[in-house]
Amino acid sequence: MADVGTLNTTVAGIDAVAPRLGEGPSGAKPRPALSSRNIMLYGTLTIAALYYLLPLYVMVVTSLKGMPEIRLGNIFSPPMEITFEPWVKAWAEACTGLNCDGLSRGFWNSVRITVPSVIISIAIASVNGYALANWRFKGSELFFSILIIGAFIPYQVMIYPIVIILREIGIYGTLTGLVIVHSIFGMPILTLLFRNYFVSLPEELFKAARVDGAGFWQIFLKIMLPMSLPIFVVAMILQVTGIWNDFLFGVVFTRPDTYPMTVQLNNIVNSVQGVKEYNVNMAATILTGLVPLIVYFVSGRLFVRGIAAGAVKG
Amino acid sequence: MNVNSSVSNSSVSIKDLSLNFGAVSVLKDLNLDINDGEFLVLLGSSGCGKSTLLNCIAGLLDASEGQIFIKGKNVTWEEPKDRGIGMVFQSYALYPQMTVEKNLSFGLRVAKVPQAEIDKRVARASEILQIQPLLKRKPAELSGGQRQRVAIGRALVRDVDVFLFDEPLSNLDAKLRSELRVEIKRLHQSLKNTMIYVTHDQIEALTLADRIAIMKSGIIQQLDDPTTIYNRPRNLFVAGFIGSPSMNFLRGELVKSGDGIAFSANGVIFSLAAYDANEVLQPGRKVVLGVRPEHIKVNENVGGEEHDATVDIEEPMGADNLLWLKHAGHTMSVRVNGARRFNVGAKVKLSFDMTVASVFDAESELRL
Repeated sequence: MADVGTLNTTVAGIDAVAPRLGEGPSGAKPRPALSSRNIMLYGTLTIAALYYLLPLYVMVVTSLKGMPEIRLGNIFSPPMEITFEPWVKAWAEACTGLNCDGLSRGFWNSVRITVPSVIISIAIASVNGYALANWRFKGSELFFSILIIGAFIPYQVMIYPIVIILREIGIYGTLTGLVIVHSIFGMPILTLLFRNYFVSLPEELFKAARVDGAGFWQIFLKIMLPMSLPIFVVAMILQVTGIWNDFLFGVVFTRPDTYPMTVQLNNIVNSVQGVKEYNVNMAATILTGLVPLIVYFVSGRLFVRGIAAGAVKG
Repeated sequence: MNVNSSVSNSSVSIKDLSLNFGAVSVLKDLNLDINDGEFLVLLGSSGCGKSTLLNCIAGLLDASEGQIFIKGKNVTWEEPKDRGIGMVFQSYALYPQMTVEKNLSFGLRVAKVPQAEIDKRVARASEILQIQPLLKRKPAELSGGQRQRVAIGRALVRDVDVFLFDEPLSNLDAKLRSELRVEIKRLHQSLKNTMIYVTHDQIEALTLADRIAIMKSGIIQQLDDPTTIYNRPRNLFVAGFIGSPSMNFLRGELVKSGDGIAFSANGVIFSLAAYDANEVLQPGRKVVLGVRPEHIKVNENVGGEEHDATVDIEEPMGADNLLWLKHAGHTMSVRVNGARRFNVGAKVKLSFDMTVASVFDAESELRL
């Protein structure tokens, strides 16, 4: 017995000393930081990033300079003397036509256009998408096809008829009219988005809810909605940026005192009277672009998740 | 008269049910009476219409023609919730954002059942299924077996007459599947509800069912208790579908032998003296003889003539030992006790147990 014990310990001892793995490579393969692959990859990314960031840099820098400094002509040099005067002027004092209260008027107009348009279009499109995905009704395929075709018709074709319709109803030139137009034009693409998302949700969930006795609205509100946050975020981002950046509908369907921010920006930048105030123009442009920018930064992660959500079964 | 009596005696009754998707006919003039408290299994390969039939019974699909009665009431046009059914799905279909407790009570809350009653029923269901510790969890935190238990619980709290199961065990691994199978059987024995269970797994069908309805292309091929289905398949399809490995089929014809009738294939004669035929067997008829692997004896006479064969492949499966034999130009599978081992190439004597064999007409494929 003692012999066996000794033998065992000896064997264990040998085991511990001898390397358990043979010679040669083992574990993760070392990769040099400066391989040609890495240089290509990060080089391309850096150049692409610079290409997009440079204009922004020029805008920010110019908006912080005084006019005398801008006239020196070196657009890439940082400001020698930082001034926020152009920003204040762009926001509160710049003149468009008869109004001299800056972009602030346009900003609030855009808010009054964007918020109801986004809410109305998403509310309707989500129900549309849900109905098309889960409640196949007679003619639903035809309805869907027509809606999809609607997404591909150029907007310009429909502007004149819509102007007439709004005039006949008596809301031409009002914010209400523009909100309605935005809600309608957002419908095809949003409905498609929501329908495809709801189709990707397991059908048996819907069946189970029906067996449980839930109706159209109960299934939508209690089962589908809580599972749909990502797609609502996607729709919200699409609509906020789309409607905020819209110029065409804004200029066609509103009057000067109800112009959205983009139209007002254009009027400020393109005004032909007096000196071109590049710093004010830059500041005004950044101010106008700020809202979509903030929306992207805040909800970018959810956006990516929502876009990918249709692909992966949850 | 006749119609009325059959309706009142049965729990679920389906009359001349047809379902078409456009030009495609999925169910054809289907008639089915399911007795009160019966466990009926709808068995078939994918695309045979078994799930479609279940969805029709549930009211999730509208029938093109025909009627559905549940507890004697015509529910053909009723909403699923008004049919007195509970349904369990293959993918569990638990509401992901709700806790187990909310999942169980959702239907009751929709129906505006008083809270005290909801609590009582949830407590009872979770006790029966032993899921009390899980009540506060979300479905994502449960294992597959636990999820399916909750899904069964959701049908249970609704206090329904008829349970519908749509391949409930197909997403589970083999071990869990056999465990839950036993639990479903136990549940049926204690609740004594009518249960309709769709599966493509013949083991589930044979172990659970009071009666099995074997379906193919929207038509019920045979509706019988598992033993009859297994031993007296009505046609060639049922015979080949049930049993693993499947029944051995020999094509040949009926011949006269002495004073009785026999089956002849490739010149080999099998006496059918012991065969229990449905009709008088006429010599000269082209037929198919079907014998299950366990009804062929190796080196052991069970009556009738003996046939020479050679062992081709041996597949030990633990309790059983499956032999693939060459016999008169056919390959035949034979199941023997696992303790009996054979060498490949060994010569053996086969004896066919004709009392449990099947003979089918080669044309109509019906049992003779």
